[in-house]
Amino acid sequence: MLTALLVMSFIALVLGAVLGFSAIKFRVEGNPLVDKIDAILPQTQCGQCSFPGCKPYATAIAAGEADINRCPPGGEEGIRKLAELLGKDFVPFGEDTAATKPKSVAVIDENTCIGCTLCIQACPVDAISGAAKQMHTVIEAECTGCELCVPPCPVECIDMVVIRESITTWKFRHPATVNSSNNQPA
Amino acid sequence: MTSYLLILISTVFVNNIVMVKILGLCPFMGVSKKLEAAISMGAATTFVLTLGSGSSYLIDHFLLTPFHLEYLRTLSFIVVIAGIVQFTEMVVQKTSPVLHQVLGIYLPLITTNCAVLGIPLLNVQENHNFIDSLFFGMGGAIGFSLVLVLFAGIRERLEGADVPGIFKGSAIAMITAGLMSLSFMGFSGLVK
Repeated sequence: MLTALLVMSFIALVLGAVLGFSAIKFRVEGNPLVDKIDAILPQTQCGQCSFPGCKPYATAIAAGEADINRCPPGGEEGIRKLAELLGKDFVPFGEDTAATKPKSVAVIDENTCIGCTLCIQACPVDAISGAAKQMHTVIEAECTGCELCVPPCPVECIDMVVIRESITTWKFRHPATVNSSNNQPA
Repeated sequence: MTSYLLILISTVFVNNIVMVKILGLCPFMGVSKKLEAAISMGAATTFVLTLGSGSSYLIDHFLLTPFHLEYLRTLSFIVVIAGIVQFTEMVVQKTSPVLHQVLGIYLPLITTNCAVLGIPLLNVQENHNFIDSLFFGMGGAIGFSLVLVLFAGIRERLEGADVPGIFKGSAIAMITAGLMSLSFMGFSGLVK
């Protein structure tokens, strides 16, 4: 009985030493906080927060350089989730960031489109399909509604159409935002 | 020298741990959706299995048998294998974070791969010496990787095939694995 205990303890000690040594030698410097914040952000990559994308904004939040209320596509819900994650207080949208708009996708009016590819170059998530002098069209599933394609269009043929919430797209809302004025009826 | 070659051929083809011994099906099914993930998983399992067979032999030969502690085999083998897998995960995370993300949870799940425990126990059962155990472990893992890569290739092709509705997903994968196992029966009798 005693020998069994001693043998197992010896094995455990050796293994523990090896693992401890390798934990120090193979240490990985990561910042999981940035990834957690990035997971909450809507990945619109629109730049309305004044950072060139969602990951840079997440990095800035983690470093304490940016406030959590700079993301309009995330909405009030996003701010609340960030506040919960970081243990900070909820901050409403400030004066310098646009208020939340209802979720919408871009739609190109095919009668007016001249095939100039300016909107394709503007889209940060590559949601517009087309080529020079060919018809352009927005891939609805990829469009994040960031509206970066609307200004470059020389014939103003891109409209933002609000997504109607249907049974397939409804999601649970954060309880605090249910009665807020930014909410859309189902 | 020929005996080592024979061990390798027999464990890779004749007694393939997945196809003939039906061990290690969890990562076999789980990591075979993409070819790159399958190759990396095979490499990781080879590393773990070779190290695991070697150290299990050493523990059994020097610590367990002299003190008549054979009943501690399963326990100590699993502890050592878990330690080796943890070490492998640390190395992979440091050297290739992309690979670490691709393999995800299946890297620590090598611990629960019944082939990784089965091969050391088989080594004990067949009374292999140290070098034989190493080759047995390496051969078993090479067989595992071979079948994993083959299966991943087939599964990637199946994505584009016209599979009937009820068979899509795991069902057709299982049937394919069964047919592969059937084909490996052709190797029986190659090495006695």
